[in-house]
Amino acid sequence: MNVAIIARLTLREALRRKVILGVVVLSVAFIALYALGFHYFRDNYISLAARRAARPDAGPTPSYSTSASAMVLLGLYTVNFLTGIMTIFAAVGTVAGEIESGTLDAIVPKPIGRWQIIAGKYIGFAIMLSIYIALMVAGVALTSHVVGHYAPPHLVHGTLLVILVSMILLSLTMLGSTLFSTMTNGIIVFMLYGVAVTGGLVEQLGTALNSNTMVHIGIGSSILLPSDSMWRLASYVVQPSLAISFIGPNPLGTTVPPSELAVRYSIVYCIALLVGSMVLFQRRDL
Amino acid sequence: MSETVLESPDFDVVDPLAEPAIELNSLRKVYGNKVVVDDLTLSVDFGEVFGFLGPNGAGKTTSIKMLMGLVYPTSGSARLLGRPLGDRAARRQIGFLPELFRFHEWLTGTEFLDLHGQLYGMSRAARAKRIPEVLALVDLSAEARKKIRTYSKGMQQRIGLAQSLLNSPRLVFLDEPTSALDPLGRRDVRAILSRLHSEGVTVFLNSHLLSEVEMSSDRVAIIDHGRVAAIGRIEDLLARDLTVEFRLGPVTPETIAELGTLLRIEQVVSGPHTLITARAPSEELVAQAVDLLSRRQVPVYGVMPERRSLEDVFVDVVSPEREPGR
Repeated sequence: MNVAIIARLTLREALRRKVILGVVVLSVAFIALYALGFHYFRDNYISLAARRAARPDAGPTPSYSTSASAMVLLGLYTVNFLTGIMTIFAAVGTVAGEIESGTLDAIVPKPIGRWQIIAGKYIGFAIMLSIYIALMVAGVALTSHVVGHYAPPHLVHGTLLVILVSMILLSLTMLGSTLFSTMTNGIIVFMLYGVAVTGGLVEQLGTALNSNTMVHIGIGSSILLPSDSMWRLASYVVQPSLAISFIGPNPLGTTVPPSELAVRYSIVYCIALLVGSMVLFQRRDL
Repeated sequence: MSETVLESPDFDVVDPLAEPAIELNSLRKVYGNKVVVDDLTLSVDFGEVFGFLGPNGAGKTTSIKMLMGLVYPTSGSARLLGRPLGDRAARRQIGFLPELFRFHEWLTGTEFLDLHGQLYGMSRAARAKRIPEVLALVDLSAEARKKIRTYSKGMQQRIGLAQSLLNSPRLVFLDEPTSALDPLGRRDVRAILSRLHSEGVTVFLNSHLLSEVEMSSDRVAIIDHGRVAAIGRIEDLLARDLTVEFRLGPVTPETIAELGTLLRIEQVVSGPHTLITARAPSEELVAQAVDLLSRRQVPVYGVMPERRSLEDVFVDVVSPEREPGR
């Protein structure tokens, strides 16, 4: 099947690039640093809790699970951010670059549909990114469990949502790659990614300040690119409710989770952009 | 993954006598205001080696790209192997070497051919049999396990050629197949073309090397400004508009005038012999001219047709008012 051939080619190409070695080294370094940080965090928490317990006038100390949950949130946010960047870098020139170099000139005339080339590339990247996200989330969770003695809830659900964030960015980047040059696509997608992240921050500020206008700006950016809203939902599900209410609106998470409709919208968004890529690639001259 | 075996064509073989292998009808491509290909009409029979010539910017590569499904025609139609453009069954039996070849350089030669074999729908067994054959054909067997990025430009063109022949095609499009090759490599490609010809494979050859096209092709089309400016068998094109020098005995002005009704007389030099230089649209008219001179009892000491090359024909055909730099 042609889609499987292209998916395998995409996966093999991604894995054979030298950059993959850099990603692996940096990812291992991140997990090691994270483990070290979690270790010191736990030590500090225990000593802080002991000092506070010795002072009757000290205020309430947040529970360990609430504090550890914030550490997990920080780790997952980093994973989400890194995979977002990685998704864009991996796919930014996947079509445009091959049109520019002429590599597709030998592929497209084969007995294969153009849509199959797009579908194959998408699946290849999706497999690679999903495995990477699963491994990185597992690294964070394992660190939390072994070093921090804390197990975050609903980790599978959260991982699926982080994968959805990556798929949203992948769909957008693939669409851009069928329309624009590699450079133009990179600039546009990074700008939109920035708009989504900033929109999410504005929405959190709006929630904290009780400003409907700011919240609506955030919702607007979520419609334009729902990656940040799906991250915030992921952050919501992997935290205990007590931690969410204790921490309140913050730059990394949310106290008001995006609805089921937002998830459906994100899935439809991915499919629509992917189909759009196929249609545009089918119609364009190479 | 299910794999199909390629050995037999998966659609009814077009009767080679009933349909041409390639048929273009008023094919046209316009980018904005620029007409790149304008009303291109031609047909190529099964088993022909067809040379496709033209100056830079004449629309050759765009024409081939349209036939290969890389570029969509603005209007007009075309059929390959009796099927409309884009037909997947026909594509299974078509090979293509692009002009600006650039392949997945991180693959080895064997991996690259295996990938393209899979895309052709060849079974694992068919690939295992065919890949060593085409590698040997292009003299790359020893380099098969090396990554393409380590290949020289010429070797990359050879592996591209191997790719275009991998599926044992009935129709091959070769866009500048020798542009990166040295004289020995070019000779090898000519031998491959000759072999394909003897096997009945139709070859559509686009090359700037006119001498090669002249040696390899049965027929050629010269296109200019996106239209066919001349088309025909090589011998016919070379014989067309001949320059002939007549060395004659005494000849009257009336006979010269009569000769002028058959040929375009360019120069008459009187002396011990009368030397007449004339242009003849065909060899038949030269024969008629000799017959006329004989009837008028003019002694004919010599008739010397100038041997023309395809390059001469090309230069004559291509519009002299071409934009500089094209």
